[in-house]
Amino acid sequence: MRIFPFLVSVACTAGLVITLNTQLPMGSGKTPRLGYFLSPQHGFWQNAESADAAFDGEIKVPGLKDKVDVYMDERLVPHIYAANDEDAYYVQGYLHAKFRLWQMEFQTHVAAGRLSEIVGKDRIATDRFFRRLGMVYGAEQTMQKMNADPAMKATIEAYSAGVNAYIRSLKPEQIPLEYKLLNYKPEEWTPFKTYLFLMYMSYDLSARGTTTDLQMTNAKNYLGFDAFDLLYPNSQDSLDPILPKGTVYGKPSYVPVMPAGADSAYFGKNSGNSTAVAPIVPDKNNGSNNWAVSGSKTKSGKPILCNDPHLGLNLPSLWYEVQINTPTHNTYGASFPGSPAVIIGFNDSIAWGVTNAGRDVIDYYDIRFKDSSMQEYWYNNEWKHAGKRTEVIKVNGGEDLVENIAMTVFGPVMYDGSYKNASTEGKYLAVRWTAPQAGTGLQSFYLLNRAKNYDDYLDATASWRCPGQNFVYASIAGDIAIKQQGAFIARWNRQGDFIMPGTDSSYAWQAEIPSVENPLMLNPARGFVSSANQMPTDNTYPYYPGAATNFPLYRGIIINRKLAAMNNITPEDMQQMQTDNYNVFAEMARPVMLKYIDESALDEKAKGYVALLRSWNLRNDIDEKGATVFRCMWDSMETQIWGDELLNAKKPLPWPDESTLLESLLRDSVYRFADNINTTDKVESLKEVITLACKKAAVYLQEMEKDNRLAWGRFKETKVQHLLQLPAFSRLHLPIGGGTHIINATTATHGPSWRMIVHLTDTIEAYGVYPGGQNGNPGSKYYDSFIDTWAQGRYYKLLFLRKEAAAKQTKWHLSFVNG
Amino acid sequence: MKFISALVLTAILGFAVGIYGTLPWWSFVITSFIVAVAIHQRAGKAFLAGFLGMFSLWVILAMIKDTPNDHLLATKIAALLPLGGSYMALILVTGIVGGLVAGLAGLSGSYFRK
Repeated sequence: MRIFPFLVSVACTAGLVITLNTQLPMGSGKTPRLGYFLSPQHGFWQNAESADAAFDGEIKVPGLKDKVDVYMDERLVPHIYAANDEDAYYVQGYLHAKFRLWQMEFQTHVAAGRLSEIVGKDRIATDRFFRRLGMVYGAEQTMQKMNADPAMKATIEAYSAGVNAYIRSLKPEQIPLEYKLLNYKPEEWTPFKTYLFLMYMSYDLSARGTTTDLQMTNAKNYLGFDAFDLLYPNSQDSLDPILPKGTVYGKPSYVPVMPAGADSAYFGKNSGNSTAVAPIVPDKNNGSNNWAVSGSKTKSGKPILCNDPHLGLNLPSLWYEVQINTPTHNTYGASFPGSPAVIIGFNDSIAWGVTNAGRDVIDYYDIRFKDSSMQEYWYNNEWKHAGKRTEVIKVNGGEDLVENIAMTVFGPVMYDGSYKNASTEGKYLAVRWTAPQAGTGLQSFYLLNRAKNYDDYLDATASWRCPGQNFVYASIAGDIAIKQQGAFIARWNRQGDFIMPGTDSSYAWQAEIPSVENPLMLNPARGFVSSANQMPTDNTYPYYPGAATNFPLYRGIIINRKLAAMNNITPEDMQQMQTDNYNVFAEMARPVMLKYIDESALDEKAKGYVALLRSWNLRNDIDEKGATVFRCMWDSMETQIWGDELLNAKKPLPWPDESTLLESLLRDSVYRFADNINTTDKVESLKEVITLACKKAAVYLQEMEKDNRLAWGRFKETKVQHLLQLPAFSRLHLPIGGGTHIINATTATHGPSWRMIVHLTDTIEAYGVYPGGQNGNPGSKYYDSFIDTWAQGRYYKLLFLRKEAAAKQTKWHLSFVNG
Repeated sequence: MKFISALVLTAILGFAVGIYGTLPWWSFVITSFIVAVAIHQRAGKAFLAGFLGMFSLWVILAMIKDTPNDHLLATKIAALLPLGGSYMALILVTGIVGGLVAGLAGLSGSYFRK
């Protein structure tokens, strides 16, 4: 042996292997273990799926009661035929895992505050936020309650068993790509994870208040209530509510009482004080459209139901299409990987869809503790003992983090001495939210999957608690209906818009509005029902829904206007409407802008942009330059008018709504905020400030023009991002129009996440598309196979098949047997 | 002849220990070392036999996955790593990584004997 060269050579080999077996720092993250990742028998090459892979076969899984047949159509949508419900959910779980395992687990890790466990200390802030908000606590409460219901328990357990059957069948080299990239492994699935996932959806759809309540409090303290009320008003002149204006409401069963002294203690200055901001703020555009037209307005004489939920656009998609056929029901629609049953869809008798209600169901209370040990707090004139909850956050490559959370009558003390920032110091803020209060989980959807008529629909939705939704309904029998349902609080005016005093019960939630008093409309004479996240009612409804800023206005206006005008409607008409790019906000705003722009003060370039604005067809199609000019000029106007008041604040303030400015300008030619408070020697007029805004926008527009980004599609730049935000796994620069306030509500990263149109003819004719693909593997051609169709505003005809037809019309057959 | 035998054996044994995904990816280090001890060659040749053995194996295995995939995943990974989105570059890098490790193991084997 040549000892020295041998040792050097061995050291080099070992050094190279160790380097290739280590995650090295790269940018803000880490590389995979390169040797492992590149190894063709272990790493990513194993995830390169053959483009003509077949999905046939017999799969033996333990615990099935009977044989289950699954027919896969050419879009990779499974049609599941089972002899009983549990087998169907078992197989749904298996298929979700087969095609979406990494995403399912990742989403529940986010909800459970377990990201640091995978990626390390960078995500501690996200984990602490979700732990302290009570996400795990809420999932526990709901699971405990729903386990008392045998059908729901069996459903979720069968689903979980199916997921695990797939996980156990995986060889180490077959795990999804992202596990290899981030260097961890799938763990066992549990029923609890389904409840965690549902908590995440509740957060995404009902918890903007975690951020806005703090910011609104800042704004009220900074501006004083009167100015605040002008910038964040609770009136909307142009509102076209879900239930038409003039609807007569019965006497409320409960009249909430505003506490004595609220004028100073709550609306006055300095009654709350905070700025901590959530690491993931639910998008304000988490809205949606849905509507149903009755047979009186359609060509066929049968109702048509439409729904497009607007959510963050991600790959793998939040949605997974499926048909489930058992002796109890035959249902098709979009399901959530992570949860059994269909969430938005139709069956042999009815169709349903949802939009977000946007009602305020989350509040903060300012708690007074005896000392920083948080053992006792002052409540109703005595020291009350606080409960304690411990959450342990594991950190990859670091020490465990222990969160001690005090529990009060209101809920968990989210902010305290250990979780704060400069301005929350000394404040203990308890969060009260309907989501953690033992919800009903999936029960409403489980029942909707089986609903046969209007009574079943009412019965299915009556127990739904959080997040509040507008359930639209249509049936083959010819009924259409809409109901806003959730656990809504009977609030006094502006209760919970700001942080509330928590030292006694006077600011507590006084009563829940009974489900029968929630807004509901069946077969109206106008022949349609619709919702687009606007206020559910006019102000004669006896309950306060939450601040007006929660409720976007304009999609509701254009949807109702179009539906009122349409007759002899066909599904093709509905497709055109669902993908329509007409900008009704601009229709109202453009005349006001043009009125105040003093063109004689503009240079040639700016005049050119004003001319573009004037000749624009008010459509946000991809090639329209006027749409970009409008957007930039409007934003510039807001900055010029409000910026001087708001941008100097040291704490984060919410930016007021576009509708607030537009309605103020439509109402009056003098606007208090037009004056630039930084110029003390003069008072600017609207004409001056809007002309200045136009000049500034023109400078910016010139830059855009140089970059060839003046056309709306290029300016907006819609993309569908991978959940880890890796550009290589995302689809960028998508040619799709639309935007905020438009029926086609597609913004840069957000928009119609599932478009569905159901024509309730006797055999049901349905169309759908979502911006993704059925297979979550970036190495599959089915990963993003629907995106181009979606961007072009086209649809797939949904195959709603009897078993015999499925055997003939689909491409592949998988059979599942016990074994 | 020795050279060819060492090269082929390195590849075959490297493939064999890779069949079981439960063994670590670097298991071929051991087999490549043993091959170089058993079929003794001078240092340079031992390195090259090990290198080419694993290089060929990994390039072939990668191409077997890549071709029916229409280079879909390789193109994405090559954009991520970053290799300019070139699947060919990624296949080469894959081969070189496997080859280097096996080559060094072979070199160690050669020095072990003499």
